[in-house]
Formats: sequence, structure tokens, C-alpha cells
Amino acid sequence: MTTDPTIPENRAIGLHTTGKIRPHQTQNEALVFEKSSPGKRAYKLPPLDVPAVDPATLLGTALREKGAELPELSEIEIVRHFTRLSTWNYAIDLGMYPLGSCTMKYNPRVNEAVARIEGLAEAHPYRPDSLAQGILEVIDLLQRCLIEITGMDAITLQPAAGAHGEFTGILLVRAWHELQGNPRRRVLIPDSAHGTNPATAAICGYTVENLKSNPEGGIDLEALAAQVDSETAALMLTNPSTIGVFESQIHKIAGILHAKGALLYMDGANMNALVGKARPGDFGVDVMHLNLHKTFSTPHGGGGPGSGPVACKAFLEPFLPIPVLVRNPQMHRAPSFPLLSAERVGDQEPQPASLSWSYDRPQSIGRVRAFYGNTGMFIRALAYILANGPDGLRQTTEDAVLNANYIRDKLQNIYELPYKTASMHEVVFSDKRQAARGVKTGDIAKRLIDYGFHPYTVSFPMIVHGALMIEPTESESLEELDLFIAAMRAIAREVEEMPELVKTAPHSTRVSRLDEVQAARKPILRWAPPAVPPIAR
Amino acid sequence: MRYLPKSPVERRQMLAEIGARSIDDLFAVIPAEYRLNRDLDVPRQQAESEIADYFRAAGRKNSTGYASFLGAGAYRHYRPVIIDSLVQRGEFLTSYTPYQAEITQGTLQAIFEFQTMIAELTGMDVANASMYDGSTGAAEVVMMAVRVTGRHQAVVARTVHPEYREVLATYAKHQGLPTSLAAYDPETGRIDLAALEIQLAAAGTEGTACVLVQSPNFFGIIEDIPAIAAIAHARGALLIVSIAEAVSLGVVRSPVEADIVSMEAQSFGVALSYGGPFCGVIAAKEQFLRQMPGRLVGQTVDSTGYRGFVLTLSTREQHIRREKATSNICTNQALVALMATIFLTVYGKEGIRELAEHNLAKAAYAAKKLGVQPGAKLRFNGAPRFHEFVLQTEEAPAVWSQRLLDEKIVGGIDLSRWYPELRNCTLWCATEIVTREQIDAAAKVLAAAPVEA
Amino acid sequence: MPYPANYRYTREHEWIALSGSIGSIGITDYAQKSLGDIVYVDLPKVGDPVTANASFGSVESVKAVSDLFSPVTGSVTAVNEELKSAPDKINEAPHETWIIKVEVADPAQLDVLLDAAAYEAFVSEETGE
Repeated sequence: MTTDPTIPENRAIGLHTTGKIRPHQTQNEALVFEKSSPGKRAYKLPPLDVPAVDPATLLGTALREKGAELPELSEIEIVRHFTRLSTWNYAIDLGMYPLGSCTMKYNPRVNEAVARIEGLAEAHPYRPDSLAQGILEVIDLLQRCLIEITGMDAITLQPAAGAHGEFTGILLVRAWHELQGNPRRRVLIPDSAHGTNPATAAICGYTVENLKSNPEGGIDLEALAAQVDSETAALMLTNPSTIGVFESQIHKIAGILHAKGALLYMDGANMNALVGKARPGDFGVDVMHLNLHKTFSTPHGGGGPGSGPVACKAFLEPFLPIPVLVRNPQMHRAPSFPLLSAERVGDQEPQPASLSWSYDRPQSIGRVRAFYGNTGMFIRALAYILANGPDGLRQTTEDAVLNANYIRDKLQNIYELPYKTASMHEVVFSDKRQAARGVKTGDIAKRLIDYGFHPYTVSFPMIVHGALMIEPTESESLEELDLFIAAMRAIAREVEEMPELVKTAPHSTRVSRLDEVQAARKPILRWAPPAVPPIAR
Repeated sequence: MRYLPKSPVERRQMLAEIGARSIDDLFAVIPAEYRLNRDLDVPRQQAESEIADYFRAAGRKNSTGYASFLGAGAYRHYRPVIIDSLVQRGEFLTSYTPYQAEITQGTLQAIFEFQTMIAELTGMDVANASMYDGSTGAAEVVMMAVRVTGRHQAVVARTVHPEYREVLATYAKHQGLPTSLAAYDPETGRIDLAALEIQLAAAGTEGTACVLVQSPNFFGIIEDIPAIAAIAHARGALLIVSIAEAVSLGVVRSPVEADIVSMEAQSFGVALSYGGPFCGVIAAKEQFLRQMPGRLVGQTVDSTGYRGFVLTLSTREQHIRREKATSNICTNQALVALMATIFLTVYGKEGIRELAEHNLAKAAYAAKKLGVQPGAKLRFNGAPRFHEFVLQTEEAPAVWSQRLLDEKIVGGIDLSRWYPELRNCTLWCATEIVTREQIDAAAKVLAAAPVEA
Repeated sequence: MPYPANYRYTREHEWIALSGSIGSIGITDYAQKSLGDIVYVDLPKVGDPVTANASFGSVESVKAVSDLFSPVTGSVTAVNEELKSAPDKINEAPHETWIIKVEVADPAQLDVLLDAAAYEAFVSEETGE
């Protein structure tokens, strides 16, 4: 698709008006396998300092006869390959992601540096506790910070991501109910919930009961009271909700549940609206998960790794996954925040094991994964917390909420606001006005790409027809916010004046409107060597 | 605060424009009794240099400079430096899940390459874009086998990593899925085939959904996959092979008779990092494709016919199927999968074989050297190993392991914590990183063990 | 596209055409339009029982899955194997493309279903057209 600025439609692409983007050449790049040639190599192993062996003799019939068809390239080709690929990606480092409930904030680089410190990055999970006191102190400090931030009493860092955390949290709920004599049968989930919530409940052996939202997009207390019974195990609630609204009745919600012996689970995906301003443990939540890759700045990396710690009230602590980190009270009494006081504790020599892993937990739900969790992400999250301190964390939350409200204020005359309740860190519009011109939220999202932004969250939550879910996070400057607002306004004008331009967007990307139907009907999920060998060079 | 791109003036300006008197107006929706009126009790804001100092001190306190013979599901291999230089590019590191394909072709193509390489190495038809790790991957594939066969029992080899089995137990508990353990042959350390036959026969009319084995198994021994497959398939059960040491596939045959493979790809260039993040992946025969959990990247064309890549078959996943999804997994391990992809590209077809052979050689030397020390012997014999072996000693491991630590060597891990019948047995791993000097030094320390009267 | 007069319809947008005791079941034009391009059909096996108003399979587009609900109780005598490689046939000719054939235990079951006119009215209500 040409970007010739003399064509009228192209002038609307924002080449000159918004200043956010200009077209730029990116290199083409084939698949690694297509660039491979036998004999090219990028590795060199040091010579063996032990006698060589004959694999055939050692392995017998277990020997691999034919090598896997992995590519053979030189180092520069590999560097160019992946560097070129990277230039095809949008990323936080390039600009704003307005994705709702994803909290695409800045991923600080010091996080990457400290996670790679040799003593931490090279630590084997089974090294004796006496040789692991450094990393155990890091884990302990993070746990204490997250407990303080959430207002809970206990925590596990074991789950690998948010969905895994939900799984763990609901298992805690179940274990507690079993101890009371009845695991119960149902979990209540609002119809505005993220898809992982019902998927998780099902995996834990519960049936899902939908809870309809009230006209303000929150929980209908009367409906809740009517639906909660002695077979309700828990309500899984996201707060603020997926429409960015704080559930101001939450203490009453907790009351209704607790009166029937049910528990309140909070999906912590939207903690970016609460850190330093309010604590779930204070408003009645019994158990919740956090997303370190959202609120706590660990990088998304194209889809993971994440980390989904689960924090809970004391009555659920006995059920936490094993192992649990414990501090030996007889040992050196750590200062409030070890290693941060003037005297540095510890050097090259192994310390007496003050912190250790305890497996003696008879009521534990068991393990949810091998080892201890995504330790690399713990390091990054702690670095983020330390970089902020209490004032930074609070200011972060305030800026996140300010940014979202700024966008809401500037766009609410142009895009329909289905719920008039106050927004916190995200705002949800609907495409109602634009749909009247035949343009839907998905089209607007694609057109936003031509303005140099990643789309917002499309068509979610499902309670809003044609949703546009926007969460700027605190990482966006006034400049970037104004560019985003200008883009959204320009697109709204285009919807009125030349809707076809929006409906066929994006126009400025390397590929456009990929055929997803074909990809699903006839899936091609791997490269295959060509049937006829290419002519030898 | 230096991550926040706003000046106080801009904040005031924005508040004024939206008609708020102060930021507190925007939090008024939170009832007063829940609003925090104090600072969070976390450490004060640190300078970047202080943060670096803190973690460096933690690293030192973690005691570096030790030779290590630890394996058991987490392996130290050399990580080519271009892995970190490439994955730290902001366009990879700070990019989102590739739902918007037009602006994430980099991530999508890299995942497609990952899927291809994993399929090639495992001998399966298709591979997904990653799972959290090998342990949850193993649990997920057992669930998958239950969905595919409609049967609700599973047999799990006792030689599968004990922590993997614990995870499976946690997942299986609420799925109405009884699992039974298959014993190992005390001579060879391999799964006992005769006992397995009897177990499957005893499964009753409903039958068994799957047999889950690990190869190389927890003892480092390579299982007889064709034989196990024959037994499982004869009973209509699926064979699932879990692979904890991916580098083994450089020299060990692919488990082609398996129906599903769950692998931990940490060995492919992912740092040990005290146990995570690692890189699970599931691969399977094509007929099981629609029951596979996790993301899948597919090749397609765009409106001009240009080749491109998209996430596909999303209808299996939570964001569409919700409670009927194949799994609740959303975020996976994309960046570590990228590390694995780069690692495999650096080593390539020849390198992965050579690397695996070096591992074989190191472990063969270590097994020989340590196995002849007085009071020590190799516990299992008669079956091929990769780079781990079980050493039985006369002296209790707790005693000589301290002597090893005094020499700055971390020896093999005591197996009795998971296998009480394997008294005084330790699991040792020797990768290409371990040196001859370190092996010789460990042997010397073991040799100094007093012979029991 | 007109709705064949000799078919019967459900409120879940399936149709059934009876020939002797065998009912051919498919989805209506309205359903295939709502779904968009169909990429996959999850079919039951021959011999499986089906129950009126219960799901017997599902049909998938790129972004959505829809359960298929049986209009009648009976057992599956045939599944349309063509749909495994060409699910788009349902989009092209929804009223000619059967998905499963069912041995109908009691033909009187069809009496409670909508006829073509009633179905058309139902669709108009749904779409507001």
C-alpha cells in the first residue's frame, strides 16, 4: 500500500497533521530455515577435556539416527534475522499501548540488569539453602512488600502467571471449604469478567454461575444476595471492574458472601488503580492474585513470562502451596529491610541459613509448579518497588488514574460512554455512534495503527456492545496522550467523512488484513522442508 | 519519580482541564474508610545505584564460585551472549502478546520458528507456542489425554520428576482423575514394563487415558519408548513423554511413538534463575491438535498475498471458550521461548548434536570416576543414560556433601527425600560446563570418605 | 435467502428436514451469517445419541464458537464428512448442507418446532428488521 502523500486519503494518515509517525523502510526477512546452508555455523564448543565417547556404543537403540532439521547459519545472519524481525514489532519502548486491563507500563531496564547478576541468575533451585540466602532474602522482601501493598496476611509467589494464580487462589478457597465439611459446587462470576476466570473455576471442579451486572456496570447487590447460597464457594471479582469502575459497595459484597460462608476472590489485574491508595485486604477480600507483568512492570516479552502471586488472609495461610519460605527466629534477627541498612550483611561466605523452605505443611494444597516460581520476575518486580518507594507507588497510581480520566474527558463527546460512573485507571467507550455509520470498534482499532499506536482492547468486556477499552497507564506523557486523543478524534472524523478508509485499515503496515479464516481452516503450524530439494548452489 | 513522565505543572494543567480540584477528586469513588491515609510500609525510594548495590549484595550472599553437579530438572548450559543482546531489544522485550498481527510479525514469525524446531526435535507433528514450564505442561497434557480419550484414569511412572508428579496431583485432584504410579525396575532404573502391563490390564472397562513417562527419566536413564508405547497403545491409552532435559534430543532419538510430548526447554539458553522463568512446550500428533492447550501461531497470507503469521485456532482458548476452554492459560513464556529459538539457531543441526555428545562424554567420565571411589557405585545398570546418573555411597550423603561444600563443590542431590528406598543415593549431573578438574576434585573428596567398619 | 417450507426450525437456528424416519440437521442462513466464515465443525460420532435441546457439537468461526443444539431426540446415523475439509460449505449453502443425520425416535417431535413462517418471524424479532 503506497503512502504517497499527494493522494487525499493519505493526507489523512497523519503524515503531516499529528507528527506521530512517518513511513520507514523495514527489511524483509525469510524464515531461518530458508536461510540455512549445511556447514554454516555460529557455535564453537571448547575441546573436550575428558575422553570422547561413541554415542552409538553408549546409547544403543536410543541413539538418534537423523539430526533434527534445525537451521545452520552464521552468527551475523542470526543477529540480522532476529534484529530484522524485531523491527516489525510495536512495543512499549516505541509508544503507548492503550490496552485495557493489561497495564502496559514502562519496563525499567535496571530490572533486566539486576535479574542477570550472576549470583542470582545462575542459582540452581536445588542448591542448599545455606548457599541461597541472597535470593531467599530477595524473595522474602518481595513477599513482605506485596503483603503490605495488598493488605493481606500471607502470600505465595509460586504461580507462573495470572491465570495460574487464579487457579491457585480458587484451590485455596476449595481447601478451606473442604475443611469446613463441604467444598461447595459453584463459583459466581460477573458477566464482565476476563475469560480466565470461568476457565479457572471449571478446572477447579466448580460450575460457573454468571452474575449479571447492574446498569452502572457493577455488581447488583440484590441479585447477588439472591444468588449466593450454601453451595456458593466464592465470588470472583475484578476490582476496579473491567470497565474501570471501583466497586464502591465492596464491603457489602463481602458481607453478603461471608454471611453465607462464601469467600471473596479478587482478580488483581487492575491493581494499578489501587496501589498505595487502597488495599484489597482492608475492604473484605479474602484471597487475590497479582500480575507482576502488569502492575509491577515486569516485561510482557511478546506474551510472557509473567508471574501471578496469590495473597490471602491468615485463615487461608495453612493451605498455601509448598514450599513456604520461613525465617528461623533463632538466627540473626534481620533488620527491617536487610541489605538496605548501612552495614551490608554477607559476603562470599555462606551464611547460617536464616531463611529456608519449609515443606512441613500438612494442609497445603500441594504444588502448582516445580521449584519456587518465576524468580527472575520476582527480582524485576522488587527492583520496581524499590525504585518507587511508598511515594513513587502512590504517585504512579495517581498518574494512572489521572491519565485515564484525561482521555475520558477529551473523548466522551465523540465516543459513546456506556457507563457514567467514575473511571479509575481505565475507561470503556462503545462504538455505538460509529456503528451507525457501519464502522465497528475493530475497524477503529485497526485504523489507530496507521496513527502509530497499538490498538486498545476490542470488544471486551462483553457487557458493552462494541467496546473500546482504554488503559493508558502512568507511563504516558501528556504529549503521547494528546497524540492519542488527536488520533482518536481524527478517526472519528474519518468515520463520518470516509468510513471506507477506516473499514479497510491498516494501510501502513507490512502486512494487512491477514487471512485468519484460512489460518484456522487449513492450519500450517510449522515450516516443512520442501518436497523437492532446492537446486544445489 | 523518574519513571513518571509528568511535571507538576502538567498534572495541575490536566486536572484543571478535566475539572478536578485535586487528584483526590478522582479517588473519591473509593469510600473514605478504605482510602489509605499513610505511606505504604515498604523501603524508601532507592536510587538506581542503590538498587544495583542491593541485588549485587544479594548475588554475593548467594555464594558464587561453586562447581555444581546439580541437575534434576534444571540444567546449566552455556548461554550464547547474543541471546541476551537480542531478547533485550525493546521490540521483543516490551512487546505485547501478538493479538494484533499486523504490528507483531516479529514475535509471530519467531514463535513459528520455535514451533517448527520443537516439532523437529521431538518428532511430533505440531508444537505450541509455550507453556509455563515442564511441570505444568505435564499436568496439562494428562488433562488433554483425558479430553481426547474420554477416559478418567492415568498411569504415571515413578521415574517422572517428583515435583512434576506433585503438580499433576494438584491438577488431577479436582478433575476426578485417579492416577496410579508405575514402578521402576530396581536394577536398570527404567520403568518396569511387566508391572506396567499388569497395571493397565487392571484398569477395568473404562481403561486408562494415558501413560506418562519421562525420558531421560529423573534418574537420568533413557526409557524404552517403543516398548512402553506398544503396551500403552495395546490398551487404547495414549503415550505421553515428558522431557526435562531438552538437550538430550541432540543425540537421543525422538520419542516418535508418543502421542503427546511435554517438554521443558530451559536447557535451550534459559538461565537457571533459581527455578524460573522456564520454558514449557507441548507437541503432539496432528490428530490431537484441537485439544492442545496454549497459543498456536499459523502461517497465512495477507490481502496482497504476502506471507504472514497469526495466532490461530484461538477458539480452544479461554478468551473465547471461557469455561469450556482447553486450559485457562493466557500469558505463556514467549520471551524465554525466543531465547530457546535463538539458542537452537546458534547451535543448529550439527551443534545441538555436538553439544549433546559433549554432555554424554562429561557424564560418562564423571560416572566412571565417581563410581570407582571406595564405597561408591553406580546404582543403576543395564540401560543407557544421558548426562545424569545415580551414585550410591556407603557414607550418608549429608556427611560427605558438607566436605564437598568445604571444597566449594555442590554434589549430587540426595534422592531419599523423594525415594526413601534409595538410601544413600544421590543424583549427579555433568553438563558441558563441568570441567575435568571439578570432577576429579569431587572424586578426591568422595575418596576421603572413611570406609564403614 | 428464503427458508425452505418443508423444513422445521429451532430458536437456536438449526433446521431439520425429515425423510422417512431420518432427519437431516443443519443451521440456517441467519446462523451462518452471524457466525461469519466457518473454520471448523466439531461433529459427533455415528451411533451417538442426541437429545432435543441438548448440544451435539459445535461450529467455529475464527473468533467464536457456537454450540449446535439438536431439534430432536434420536441417534446419529451419519455425519457429513465433507465438513472436515470444507466447513465453508455451510456458509455457501446453509440449507443444502446437512451436518448430521439422525434416526428420529418419534416424528411427532417436529410438531413443536417452528415452521418456515414462524422462524422467519422469529428472526425478524431478533434482528429488529
